[in-house]
Amino acid sequence: MGGRRHRGGKEIKKDPSLQDFSRGEGPLTHVDIEDQVPLPPPFDKREEEPAIAPLSDQARKKYECLDDTIALSIPKPASKEEEERLVNQFLSGMRKLFTPENNWTFLQPLLMSMEHCARCFTCSEACHIYEESGGNPLYRPAYRSEIFRRIYHKYVRNGSTFSHGDIDLNWKTVSRLIELAYRCNLCRRCAQTCPIGADNALLAREIRKVASQEMGISSKECHDFGSMLQLKVGSSTGMNALVVKDNIEFIDEDTSEKTGIKIETPWDKEGADILLIHNAGEIMAWPENPGAFALLFNAAGLSWTLSSEIAGYDGINYGVWYDDVQFARVAILHAKAARKLKVKKIVLGECGHAHKALTVIADKVLTGDLNIPRESAFTVLHEIVKSGRIRFDKSRNDFPVTLHDPCNVVRLMGIVRPQREVLKAIVPENRFHPMKPEGVHNYCCGGGSGFAIMSGHNFSEWRHHLTGRKKFRQILEAFQDEPMDKDHPKYVCAPCSNCKGQIRDIIKYYNAWERAGIHYGGLVELMVNAMVDANPGFIDWEWR
Amino acid sequence: MALIPYVVIYLALLVFAIAIIARFIMWSRLPMHVRWELYPVAHEASRAHYGGSYLEESDWWTKPREKSLVGELKAMIPEIVFLVALKEHNPKMWVRSFPFHFGLYLAALWAVLMGIHGLLAAATPALLEGVAGTLLTYAIVASGAAGMGLAILGAVGLLHRRLSDPELRDFTAPADIFNLLFFIAVFGLTLVTFFTVDRDFSKFRFLVHNLVTFKMEALPGSGLEILLPQASLILLGLLMAYIPLTHMSHFVGKYFAYHAIRWNDEPNLRGGKQEAAIHELLAHPITWAAPHIRGDGKKTWVDAATEEVKK
Repeated sequence: MGGRRHRGGKEIKKDPSLQDFSRGEGPLTHVDIEDQVPLPPPFDKREEEPAIAPLSDQARKKYECLDDTIALSIPKPASKEEEERLVNQFLSGMRKLFTPENNWTFLQPLLMSMEHCARCFTCSEACHIYEESGGNPLYRPAYRSEIFRRIYHKYVRNGSTFSHGDIDLNWKTVSRLIELAYRCNLCRRCAQTCPIGADNALLAREIRKVASQEMGISSKECHDFGSMLQLKVGSSTGMNALVVKDNIEFIDEDTSEKTGIKIETPWDKEGADILLIHNAGEIMAWPENPGAFALLFNAAGLSWTLSSEIAGYDGINYGVWYDDVQFARVAILHAKAARKLKVKKIVLGECGHAHKALTVIADKVLTGDLNIPRESAFTVLHEIVKSGRIRFDKSRNDFPVTLHDPCNVVRLMGIVRPQREVLKAIVPENRFHPMKPEGVHNYCCGGGSGFAIMSGHNFSEWRHHLTGRKKFRQILEAFQDEPMDKDHPKYVCAPCSNCKGQIRDIIKYYNAWERAGIHYGGLVELMVNAMVDANPGFIDWEWR
Repeated sequence: MALIPYVVIYLALLVFAIAIIARFIMWSRLPMHVRWELYPVAHEASRAHYGGSYLEESDWWTKPREKSLVGELKAMIPEIVFLVALKEHNPKMWVRSFPFHFGLYLAALWAVLMGIHGLLAAATPALLEGVAGTLLTYAIVASGAAGMGLAILGAVGLLHRRLSDPELRDFTAPADIFNLLFFIAVFGLTLVTFFTVDRDFSKFRFLVHNLVTFKMEALPGSGLEILLPQASLILLGLLMAYIPLTHMSHFVGKYFAYHAIRWNDEPNLRGGKQEAAIHELLAHPITWAAPHIRGDGKKTWVDAATEEVKK
């Protein structure tokens, strides 16, 4: 295979072959800024780009390394016996993965992707991570799948290596494979292009599942501080019902003062038509978003409520990224909160993975009185616009706007038009700059599958350089015919909490607010900003 | 000796049919899985062109769903015939893969046309003496020669690409090479037969006629004149039996990849027919061993999903 790189005085193979995966110590590859295609102006000077801080020596000694970063902090086993035990544990999990009892949830799609890959690399060009790595083979969507597939055929099926290729199974293979499963945003853009229907993103998720459900290995941010915290306290933010109510009360006051329209968020209103479930991260990080929702829903005369039941006020469901059991537990809590209030439907706020988790994936989990209809906020907002119950003045949004399509809502649910119809009603036509490509062929923001909340070691920097770079490139390209300075503010409409967090982080990393006037926010904020009956200036253009 | 080609083809047909049916049954008997659709979904009648879904409707569960078979066919036929996904996303591979696959379709057509010719020769031989017979013969020659020629061209191209690109070579299993060489050898020998001793495939037609009428008569002639057609037919039979035993049977899987996974957007409505099946699946015991699950083979999905998580 290809060339070599040096990092920290150590020679690293740049283009690791499949056989390299099971061999050697330390990182398998390294991506230099020189490997990457420069960004569009004014960020096109490579020398001005921040570099990824190298991993500390301590981290390298203590944890298994795959590349320039560490997502999971998998400790190095203390002995050969420990290594062997872990390898066997992984194999045991793999065997369970292919039984209908343990994995009816994904068995058919999993087998489809295991049996039918032509190894044609069609998926590679569709992957933003592979592209932005400068074509590093480790980040090919098919790379981890092929390792997983070879382990399956050789060690689970006892198949011939003549037919399926060879691989050595040892602790290096296992630990690197688990870590590599966290180098994919699970956006499934690669699956769209597969001529046969193989789904590398699904395989990445299934590897994560074996690690989590059998070995107890997962990202701390997704599990310990994510789904477990949500199940114990009610929200991954750590907010219990009292705290969240207190915060919303403050948000109501703030929004009322800012807009001149008195609002009060209804809590636990039995028999309401709609249970609105936000991503609770919005309440903490972007309070204007739940404030705007309350204002719009009240002004449109909708019958709605929030729930203070456990998990009923936080729509996140991190299990959708790594663990079916955790996923089901959270989905059931959401449905129970809706059942208790006897609402007609659940409406998901601006959170992509919450949309997909509760509307689509949980569809085969929720039955009987837990099977309460679920709907996107985008369709409700579109209905509000169509109803004419709220007057909007487009000229209040007289600045360049681009729209990011959250993969979970668009590619994975087919909700494409409602948010665009809303934008048409609130943004002057000549101020809208679509990204290319857009809609179901969009690129992930780079924060998908938990990346937006993962930040151990130097993972955030790695994320900005590899997974978020394509979205940043798209944003810059969308605004290229606009003056790129702070005097000409531009708005990236990212109607998904994780995407919004990721886009905030990229803008901050590249200092794009100061250097190019690029800001970000959700859809409802733009709506309230254009609302005739509200005071102007809901969007305040202050960096937070 | 004369019987061998016939026996091989009958056995090959049997293996082919059993293997394809077995695969079909295997894929269709797998348990219901959670929804994992991927847009665009072709049967979304007025929305498929931009990738939209019924979920774009407010209160979607109260509204009639548009499901278009025409929409599915409009997506499936170009995909099957022209491999449009590959053409769009991997043109370098498509220029090799398309002739290979299209050649296979023509070769399959060649076999079917010879079968029809054999049946007509047995049932209404007079029909074959007219224009229809001549056209059918031309079609057999054209589909056979062009099909196998294209398939060889594509297979050589695929082999070259696999071996000359170091990364593709890294991902290539020995069987991938063997499979392509097998196609080249079988179709190559058949074309050699065509060009040397059987320019109108009359000898193949004779053999196929006997196959479909269960006569199993010896091919008249001597030397290469009978050896080449018989050897070609034996190899074609072996190839036919081999394909469904390998991942080259992806044409079966692809049907399920689209209809059961990518386009399966059927919602589970309260009180609907899916709920009973879901209850059954949720009652499965699990053995996942991680500390937050502790599946012991008795705990079911429902137990695991509803148990209280300790604070």
